[in-house]
Parts: sequence; C-alpha cells; structure tokens
Amino acid sequence: MTRPSTALKGETSDPAVSAPQDADLSLMLMIRAFELKLLDLYGRGLLNGTTHTCLGQEYVPVAVEALLDPRDHVFSNHRGHGHYLARFRDPAGLLAEIMGREGAVCAGVGGSQHIHRDRFLSTGVQGESLPVAAGVALHLKRSEPGRLACVYVGDGTFGEGAVYEAFNIASLWGLPLLVVVENNGIAQSTPTTRHLAGSIAGRAAAFGIDHRLVETSDVTEIRRTLEPLVSRVRSRATPLVVEFVTRRLGPHSKGDDTRPVRALEEMREQDWYARCAAACPGRFPRLDAEARAHIDAVAAEVMARGPSQWEGS
Amino acid sequence: MRVAENLNAALAALLAREPNLYVLGEDVVDPYGGAFKITRGLSTDFPDRVLSTPISENAITGVAAGLALAGDLAIVEIMFGDFAALAFDQLFNFASKSVSMYGSRLPMRMVVRCPVGGGRGYGPTHSQSPQKHFVGIPGLALYELSPFHDNLAVFEEMFAREEPCVFFEDKVLYTRRMGAVEPPFSVEISGGVARVSLDGPPDCVIIAPGGVAHRALAAMRSLLVEEEIACTLLVPSRLYPFDPPDLFDAAVRAARRVFVVEESTAGGTWGAEVAHLVHRRHWGRLDLPVTLIHSPGGVIPTAAHLERAALVNESTIHSTIRGTLRG
Ligand SMILES: Cc1ncc(C[n+]2csc(CCOP(=O)(O)OP(=O)(O)O)c2C)c(N)n1
Repeated sequence: MTRPSTALKGETSDPAVSAPQDADLSLMLMIRAFELKLLDLYGRGLLNGTTHTCLGQEYVPVAVEALLDPRDHVFSNHRGHGHYLARFRDPAGLLAEIMGREGAVCAGVGGSQHIHRDRFLSTGVQGESLPVAAGVALHLKRSEPGRLACVYVGDGTFGEGAVYEAFNIASLWGLPLLVVVENNGIAQSTPTTRHLAGSIAGRAAAFGIDHRLVETSDVTEIRRTLEPLVSRVRSRATPLVVEFVTRRLGPHSKGDDTRPVRALEEMREQDWYARCAAACPGRFPRLDAEARAHIDAVAAEVMARGPSQWEGS
Repeated sequence: MRVAENLNAALAALLAREPNLYVLGEDVVDPYGGAFKITRGLSTDFPDRVLSTPISENAITGVAAGLALAGDLAIVEIMFGDFAALAFDQLFNFASKSVSMYGSRLPMRMVVRCPVGGGRGYGPTHSQSPQKHFVGIPGLALYELSPFHDNLAVFEEMFAREEPCVFFEDKVLYTRRMGAVEPPFSVEISGGVARVSLDGPPDCVIIAPGGVAHRALAAMRSLLVEEEIACTLLVPSRLYPFDPPDLFDAAVRAARRVFVVEESTAGGTWGAEVAHLVHRRHWGRLDLPVTLIHSPGGVIPTAAHLERAALVNESTIHSTIRGTLRG
C-alpha cells in the first residue's frame, strides 16, 4: 500500500500548486502552533475541560476570512480556534479564554466553544447557529445590504434538523448566508459514510441553494474560485454552501482518536503543512519557527497571568 | 375591549414605534392573521417586518435570536405553545445563555408568544400549559397574559429586560374582556401584580396567573356567597423570576393562608416554585403550608366532558379552598 503516498508526494511538488503568500502561510502556521500548544498543555494537565483542535483544517478559515469584510458576521462552532484566529489574530486573548486567565475574550465564561467578539460568535450545540445566522442575515439584508452572515459547520452536523429549517428559510427569503462546510470525513468517531445519507451537495440542491465543492488546500486558488461566488451572495442576497473536503489530523477533542495509525499517516502526507513545506523550502522553516516561537511566548505570558475576573450577569 | 384586541393593538403600536421590530410566525400574515387572529392587520401595515414562516419552530426562534443579536427586536408566535418544545434548544441553550455566557452582558430583545391551555377541545398536543418546563432557566423570563395587565406595557417591560422572554397566553382569555371585576370586588395593580380584593381582612390569598384568574374569581364569589370565605386574588404578570412586590407580602401577611392555582398538571410546577418562595419568606406566620391547586396528571382529552374533568376549574378551586379552611 505505498501507492497513495507516492501519488500524494507527486502532488505536493506539483508546480501547478502555488505556494502561499507569507502572510497566509504565517497565519496558517500560527493556528497550527496554537493548536499543538493546546494539546501540549492538555497533556501536562494545564487545561480545564475539553477543546477541539482544527489541526489539518487551518487553511479553511485563512482562505475564507480574506473574502469577508469585518462587518460580515461569522458564526463558528466547537472547532473554532482557527475561525477566531483568522479573524482577529489574537492568540493571547483566545488562550486566556481557554485557560481562564486575565484578558480572556469572554472572561473565561465561554472557554473554547463559546466566544463572542464584535461580529464573531461561536457556540457548542451542533446546528443551533444556522437559524441564528439566518436571523442575522435577515437583519443584514434589510439594514446593511451587501453584508453577509458566514456560518461554519461540520459534516456530522448535517444530521440536525435545525440545518434544514435554516436552509429552507434562507433560500425562500433570499438571505445572504454563506455556509462553509468543513467536511473532514468524520464526526467525533463516526465516519461520514455512517452518518450522512446522500450528499451535502444533494441536500443543498434540494433547497435550491448553490453548492461548491473545494478539494484543494491552496488558499490562493480557493479564493480565486470563491471570490465571484461570495460576491454573488452579497449582491443577490442568496445563500451559498461551500463544502471543503478537508482532514481532521488530531483527535476529536483531547485524546479520543480511534482511527488507524496508517490512515492518519496518509492524511498527514496530504496535509497542507507537508505540501507547503515542499512548495517553499526556503521560507517555510523560518516562518514555522517564527510561528512556534510566537505561540511559545504567548503561552508563557498568558500562563503567568492571574485568573480571569467575571462580574457575573 | 377584548384581550385579543388589546394584544393586537399592543403589537401594532410596537411595530409602529420600533422600526427594528419583527413579528414572525406560522400563518401570521393577512388575510389569515394567525391561528388566533392576534396578528390580524399587522402584515398589511408592516409587510416587510411581519413575516409568515415555514413550520419550523426551532428556526423561527433561532432567527429571532439572530435578529436580537444584531440589535433588532423580535416577537415570535408559536402557533400552539405545545410546539415550543421544538424551540426549546434555541431558548434554553442559545438565546438565554447568550445574555451572559460570553462574559459580558449581551442584550437579547426577543419575546416568544405561546398560546396555551385547554378548554377549547383541541386535544392532548394542543392544549397543554407548558409553563413549568421553562421555569428556572437563567436568563429566560416568563410572563403570562392577563386581563388585568395592559399588553403594551407588558411588552415594553419584556423588551426592557433585554433578555429573552416567553409570553404564555391562555387561549380562553382571547375573547374575554380586559380588566373587568364586578362588585363587591375591586382591583388594584402594583409592581406587575393585580390584586382583586374585598373590603376588610381576607381569609386567604389565591395566587393565580391570567389563564386561571377568572376561574379563581368565580370560586371567590361562590365561596363568599355560600361559605362567607373572603379571598384576595393576586394575578402576577411575570411568572419567573418571581419577585413579587410589597403588596404581595402584605396580602400574605394579612391572610396567612395561601393557595396557588395553575392549569399545569402536577409535578415540578411553577406553583411549587411560588410555594417555596412564600414558605421561605413567611413560614413563621403561615397558618398552613401553601396549597397547590392544579390539573390532575394526565393527557388533556378532546371530548368536552373529559376535558372539563381534566382541567382545573372553578369547582376544583372552590372545594379545595373550602376543604382546606373548613376541614
Ligand atoms: C446537538 C449536539 N449533539 C452532540 C454534540 C456533541 N458533539 C460535539 S462535536 C460532535 C461531532 C461534530 O461533527 P462534525 O459536525 O462533523 O464536526 P467536526 O467535529 O468533524 O469538526 C459531537 C457529536 C453537540 N455538541 N451538540
């Protein structure tokens, strides 16, 4: 079974795949370093509760965020660190939130899954935010035409009825709703083949909603493809489903990964990290070292802070 | 003026005054105007803000939460309050939590209107009083329609809380008149609680929200005439958090015997919450433990005679009070 990896190695050095700009690469590396740091802190017993890392999926919000305006609303989910960091580039505020330290974005109340800042909001119940995002899109359509509500959702969440209630309303009412599906092939421990009948494209089609499948992790190419589609969400106020075929490299939350080692290895070979390392051998090690050093410094600084204060409410 | 007209006028006044208020619900637009006609005329005057939705209780409530999040105001009509079960997640895990779970207070101005209660033969899934299932959720306030409380003021109060509210509307009230009590009773309102009383000291206090208030009043009249038992009735507008005004405590002190009436079936009820509060505040001076009067447990049948037997009514209230006070 060496064929897949050989084929993939060929892909990573494909000259047609463009190397990311420094800024994008640095951001992706920063998110990666952040998530690895969280797993490390967990391993050392320094984090309370649980958290879900977006290892392998970092490029999705990095690609998408560049298509958004700060006045667009973003709805994130349980796997939302990348979404937050791509929007605010604030690892200290997020880590303080996750660790309950001073300077926490939400005073340590929300933790990893419940973050609200400006027009960004995440929550921990699967599917719940789609109707809410539709409501915000309704507001935007009337009060701020040209703005949109972007909601991130996993493949497993397509089991929830709220998703379809929101699809129906968004399509009927012509709401500027951008649904970004991170299809990483698994929901907690259940593979997509065991939880999703039909396809996400078919479900979007059932509601008359445009769907675009994105299989590459090349942020420049992703933006080139999506830019006109996202503009149409704004100008015509219609919903759009963008489905990313992506990979969850890490465990679901802390250490709960039951997938075979071999499958994980194959995913690592297809990972954007390996592809970028191969595509830009000169600057990659330097930018990666910078990102890790930055997150090391942030973590050391945040861990030295006192506990977060909450007035209660 | 009938209660339904007062409610309709309140919604119209709010839509006229608040350019960012939406009214959402199934079949709420004209000419239908909602299953109970409460929204009649509103979509004609405000077509872009009074919207008929698909049959999607979860999504409608979520959409309202999204509007509230973006700074708008929203009123949702759940066609029958029983179906609020389908919106429970949006209320319990999203709208109410959002007020505080992000570390600083996030105003959420939204009201979910729930027509509730039996007496109209709609059967087991269209006649319940689900108030008790929503009691005690942090950040979620519960109100109940009453003939004694002007609805415009009640809605103003709900929005001023800046947290999601559920407004229970007993369907049997829609056709009743606002505010009417006949002599020798008189009514006085203070701090959101209406007090219906006689001159002179009462033998007991009855606490009954809007949907059962008229049944309690009828029982008060027969208790007075037949038994010379004098009752004071307290009708709160807000059910939860239950934080009654001084008038309430004064009435309890004067009577020392308290009954709570609700249409909900027994078990983990709003009345139990009120009894707990009264006991905590007044235990030493009560003659009796607070007595709860509610519908017997069980589904609510459709047939009129069976439905009547299943719901708390004037005679249940009368006999419980007489039996408790006279033995
Ligand atoms: C309503 C609800 N049910 C169950 C869960 C527990 N849970 C959290 S994440 C998750 C899997 C979600 O899978 P998917 O949508 O594919 O996203 P992914 O984790 O793969 O990013 C589950 C079952 C939840 N948070 N909410």
